[in-house]
Amino acid sequence: MTTETLPTAHTTDHLDLLESHAIYILREVVAECERPVLLFSGGKDSAVLLHLAAKAFAPQQLPFPVMHIDTGQNFPEVLEYRDRAVQATGARLVVAKVQDSIDQGKVIDPGPMGSRNRLQTVTLLDAITEHGFDAAFGGARRDEDKARAKERILSFRDAFGQWDPRQQRPELWQLYQGKVNPGEHLRAFPLSDWTELDIWQYIEREQMDLPTIYFAHERDVILRDNMWLAVGPFVEVRPGETIKRMLVRFRTVGDANCTGAVISEAKTLNQIIDEVSVANVSERGATRADDRFSETAMEDRKREGYF
Amino acid sequence: MKLAHKDLLRLATVGSVDDGKSTLIGRLLVDTRQLFDDQLDAVVAASEKRGVGDLDLSFVTDGLRAEREQGITIDVAYRYAATPSRKFIIADCPGHIQYTRNMATGASTADLALVVLNVAHGLKEQSRRHLCIAALLGVRSIVVAVNKMDEVNWSESAYQGVVDELDTLANELGFESVISIPVSALLGDNVVDPSPNTPWFDGPTVLHALENSQAGSWSGAEGARLPIQWVLRQPGGGRTYAGMLNGANLQVGDVVTLLPANIATTITAINSGSGPRELATTGLSIDVALDAETDAGRGDLIATAPLPTVTKEFAATICWFGEAPLRVGQRLRLKHTSKVTPVRISALTGVVDIATLAIDANTMLQTNEIGLATLQSADALVVDDYRDNRVSGSFVLIDEVTNATVAAGMVGRAAFL
Ligand SMILES: Nc1nc2c(ncn2[C@@H]2O[C@H](COP(=O)(O)OP(=O)(O)OP(=O)(O)O)[C@@H](O)[C@H]2O)c(=O)[nH]1
Ligand SMILES: [Mg+2]
Repeated sequence: MTTETLPTAHTTDHLDLLESHAIYILREVVAECERPVLLFSGGKDSAVLLHLAAKAFAPQQLPFPVMHIDTGQNFPEVLEYRDRAVQATGARLVVAKVQDSIDQGKVIDPGPMGSRNRLQTVTLLDAITEHGFDAAFGGARRDEDKARAKERILSFRDAFGQWDPRQQRPELWQLYQGKVNPGEHLRAFPLSDWTELDIWQYIEREQMDLPTIYFAHERDVILRDNMWLAVGPFVEVRPGETIKRMLVRFRTVGDANCTGAVISEAKTLNQIIDEVSVANVSERGATRADDRFSETAMEDRKREGYF
Repeated sequence: MKLAHKDLLRLATVGSVDDGKSTLIGRLLVDTRQLFDDQLDAVVAASEKRGVGDLDLSFVTDGLRAEREQGITIDVAYRYAATPSRKFIIADCPGHIQYTRNMATGASTADLALVVLNVAHGLKEQSRRHLCIAALLGVRSIVVAVNKMDEVNWSESAYQGVVDELDTLANELGFESVISIPVSALLGDNVVDPSPNTPWFDGPTVLHALENSQAGSWSGAEGARLPIQWVLRQPGGGRTYAGMLNGANLQVGDVVTLLPANIATTITAINSGSGPRELATTGLSIDVALDAETDAGRGDLIATAPLPTVTKEFAATICWFGEAPLRVGQRLRLKHTSKVTPVRISALTGVVDIATLAIDANTMLQTNEIGLATLQSADALVVDDYRDNRVSGSFVLIDEVTNATVAAGMVGRAAFL
């Protein structure tokens, strides 16, 4: 073979390698499991995951449905985005509602303003059982939290949906093995090795669509527990709190009542990348009330079967 | 801001329990300001709550409740760091023998091992085991932090004693690059900043050694290897074969062989995540079109010369993690590239004595032992020697009942065994 004709146009950078690894994981799980599903929250990580899934199986349709665990406390912009994004891939959307779990008496209604974050686990596990899913793709990244930093790319869940961090399967090289017995399932995390910055650089490179709340916009917010919460149907103003109109954006997308906004002027992807590059507070630390309960909040929720 | 492209070093910590691996990683991350303010605050709060001082650096990676209660690492923590010159993926592995399987998990994707030894103890059996596993897994470069120098009053002779012992073993195991450094992970000496306590030492700091290490992914692999994961149907009736490329580059027009069928054909198109391309390099997920009509599918492999071996019986080195011993005649499931097939252990030819690296004759392997075996597979496998190709030379063994992964396997035998 002669070398002088080698094209140099396509160099491989770190985003290509992250993309390739994620695509490899998606294909491997689909090949090894019977009924996978992709968990889609409408946040940036699940947006990237869906984008990668579409690439992994193009030009064919996604070989699995997309599932949203709907707490009923969403930002409307995120629901709009969910429907838009799923429709663009032609995937089948399954919506499992926390409200149904409440109506069936499986979980206790925390009231209109209470957080439904933890209740999602019940809805999620029920939906996995009901549909017979044996693998669920999630957009979790290891840089998000110290418990996630410990998790395998293919993470085994027992018949009760639980994660046992002491009994994780060895995961050598890139030999992801996804066999489970009936009733058990896997969580698969193709974005494990991505950082928040990688996600934004990739979104910029691919010029992806995202919910508008990721970009700086004016909003009525209140300061509670050191976090800027958006005033709306799920966050009522308590005595002593004052509404302020601020230029904010969201760094993560969760329930409207436990996801804080950050003060920001970043209106474009490149401005967001600049901001993320110099941030000195972590993504979840800045914005997620659900992680502030205790030292091991994420681990405890994960053990129960959370995302 | 467009960030400049930086190269990536994947490293894993290696060494016996309590020698200071997690503390060293915590120190590296804190002193290079990789932690966000809230993460550092959380480590400070957890340290206080558990009564282990102002800042227990091991809590930076030991994030599980049980780990913090017991003060040991149970499973690998992955951390991502970037300094002005390099990006790092750090796997902080557990040292306890019970969690050797997790250490192997962390080391299997590492290009460099950051070995931590307690200067007062030198090479314990578990340190030797870890070094042996790292060498078997193909790690060729090590940076050795001779730790807890503060506890021996920065004694040069204590340091030198450990280094001599280590050098002998590293030599036997065939590491290509060995850099030893006297450190105190606890106090930070020679981790990020040079220490005033070791005027007799003129080598690099740990950070400097990591930033400048030449350890890279494997360059030895000569032929291209594309294990087929999935077949994609193209509009108009054609098919492309998807997988992650490793070994040599693949280019449109290359003559390739489809294995195990042994069909010679040509690559007529290559697609990747960013569209069609003429050339693909190792680590890229691609799908390729071939000019021959074949019934190729998942588990087959597309290769360029030198071709791998097609076989139903092969010799391998096994790290056994099962709870019950591995015995001759045992049936298991094997996963190799994208191929899964039943196998039988047709012979166990020996077990590695960790203290001497001698091979003792034995007919079974206990948990965490390393042995040499011959395997027979139901379906033909397309293999390379592990030292020639880390992907087509590696496999895992799976318990057929529980589906647990019970062994890491490498085709062939390391030179030091
Ligand atoms: N005096 C002294 N103590 C140290 C030093 N480095 C670590 N230690 C202590 O040694 C103990 C064990 O440290 P770890 O970092 O948890 O050890 P490890 O190697 O990660 O242990 P495993 O992950 O469980 O294998 C802790 O109490 C540390 O504070 C050091 O440089 N000097
Ligand atoms: Mg440790």
